[in-house]
Amino acid sequence: MTPTRRWRAGRVVLLGLFGLFFLVPLYSMLDFSTRELGGGRTGQAWANLVQDPDLTSAIITSLLLALLTVVGMLVLLLPTMIWVRLRIPEASRLVEFLCLLPLTIPALVIVVGMRNVYTWVNYLVSDSALTLAFVYIVLVLPFAYRAIDAGLSSIDVVTLSEAARSLGAGWLTVMLRIVVPNIWSGLLGAAFISVALVLGEFTIASLTNYENLQVVINFLGKSDAKTSVAASLAALVFAFTLLMALSYVGRGRRGQERGAM
Amino acid sequence: MSRRSRLAPALGLLPFLAYLTVFLLVPTVTVVIGAFQEDGRFSMTNVEALFGETARRTLWNSLVLSGSTAVIGATFGAILCYLVVSAPPTSIFRRAVMSVAGVLAQFGGVTLAFAFIATLSFSGVVTELLRDSVGVDVFGSGWLFGLPGLILVYTYFQIPLMVIVFLPALEGLRPQWREAAVNLGATTRQYWTQIAIPLLWPAFLGASLLLFANAFAAYATAATLVSQGQPIVPLLIRAALTSEVVLGRQNFAFALALQMIVVVAVVMTAYALLLRRTSRWLR
Repeated sequence: MTPTRRWRAGRVVLLGLFGLFFLVPLYSMLDFSTRELGGGRTGQAWANLVQDPDLTSAIITSLLLALLTVVGMLVLLLPTMIWVRLRIPEASRLVEFLCLLPLTIPALVIVVGMRNVYTWVNYLVSDSALTLAFVYIVLVLPFAYRAIDAGLSSIDVVTLSEAARSLGAGWLTVMLRIVVPNIWSGLLGAAFISVALVLGEFTIASLTNYENLQVVINFLGKSDAKTSVAASLAALVFAFTLLMALSYVGRGRRGQERGAM
Repeated sequence: MSRRSRLAPALGLLPFLAYLTVFLLVPTVTVVIGAFQEDGRFSMTNVEALFGETARRTLWNSLVLSGSTAVIGATFGAILCYLVVSAPPTSIFRRAVMSVAGVLAQFGGVTLAFAFIATLSFSGVVTELLRDSVGVDVFGSGWLFGLPGLILVYTYFQIPLMVIVFLPALEGLRPQWREAAVNLGATTRQYWTQIAIPLLWPAFLGASLLLFANAFAAYATAATLVSQGQPIVPLLIRAALTSEVVLGRQNFAFALALQMIVVVAVVMTAYALLLRRTSRWLR
């Protein structure tokens, strides 16, 4: 069945309209951020991304937060999920439910209720913006869970670990040298999506008066809209690059497996 | 199995459960309890305030915003899905569309608000273009920074979210079903109206609900775009949390957050039920 010519033309027109809707604002950001008063072009707004001290420190904060969140998420989630598969499969529904719960409890609700918890965190750990990583780990759980779960489902964890154990491996060896290398793409997927979410996070940071990238972009918007727009576009492009890379690494093998079934 | 050996593996879950208790459950319970308190005692004041004029109007605005962008987003998102799904999953076009969709849907509202500020604000690129070329003033009286502007910018992330959520369902339609229908003499129109659309309907409805919840709880876009007034619930929460002048009541923020939990939980439960129905034929 070949599509008729009219349908093909209609498809192109529709795709063009969607492209226009989505690309015009992105193009406008580029145009707006490089505009100079009285005509002409300037790269000043883009240069500010590395020169403005507020912005650079916010970028560093957000990158560190992303790193801490990824490490914390892996340390918390990976052993738990492997443990559930190996020793208490009956708890898998509970863990899944808890991991997906942050989808139902919006970040806005968490930030409203977390003042007491953070009083303790600030008292026991520190009051730096990096403590936001604790709550960011919760925010990325649903996405990280799905990625890791997909990875674990594609291998036979029980058989692999029994084989390793019978050869004398301890639990740590099983986890780090048997399971992790086998679900590498799933872990990478979980890490990438977590980085993207943390770099885009605004709600919690702004309502707790911590300065991460998005808070500073928003704040700059009042005094220097061009730099804000440049930083926004840079952040979007960075996130796009991450997700594009993810589509090659994370889903490549699994997609083929599913297709073969 | 003895009781002890049954309990030992469960201990491995403790760190995970403890962590979620501290950083997810305690804040949620704080909100629920706090909504029914004032000055440390039980009180219905704040919950009653939810039915006051301001809170009711704000809730209505939020429902309009979430409802309209869910419908618009779901409709156009589904159309875009249909256009994308014919490209093979490994094609660069498909990967690029999905990555853009992922960024726009999940990366956060501040950047998207600035995208539209660059496009349609008073000195925005499109505003100036239209003003100079055809003399039309799209900026008007600043609609971008009110509810209409929110609807436009929300659409910008709702359509991509629909693409992400709905694509698996559309992909799940087996070509064999179409071939079978055609073999039995069905026209394209009959295939769509009698087979594909009835099959896809629960998935479409479920995805629309997800979009609704997503818009209802979104904060960043509105916080960036709207600096005056509190047209929607998330901004009223901001006002209650930060302003000493307007309401200055922390516990009113708890009540509003409780209201948000209730709305989102109802919608997400319906979503989960519809999802279960779809997954029957999806695998």
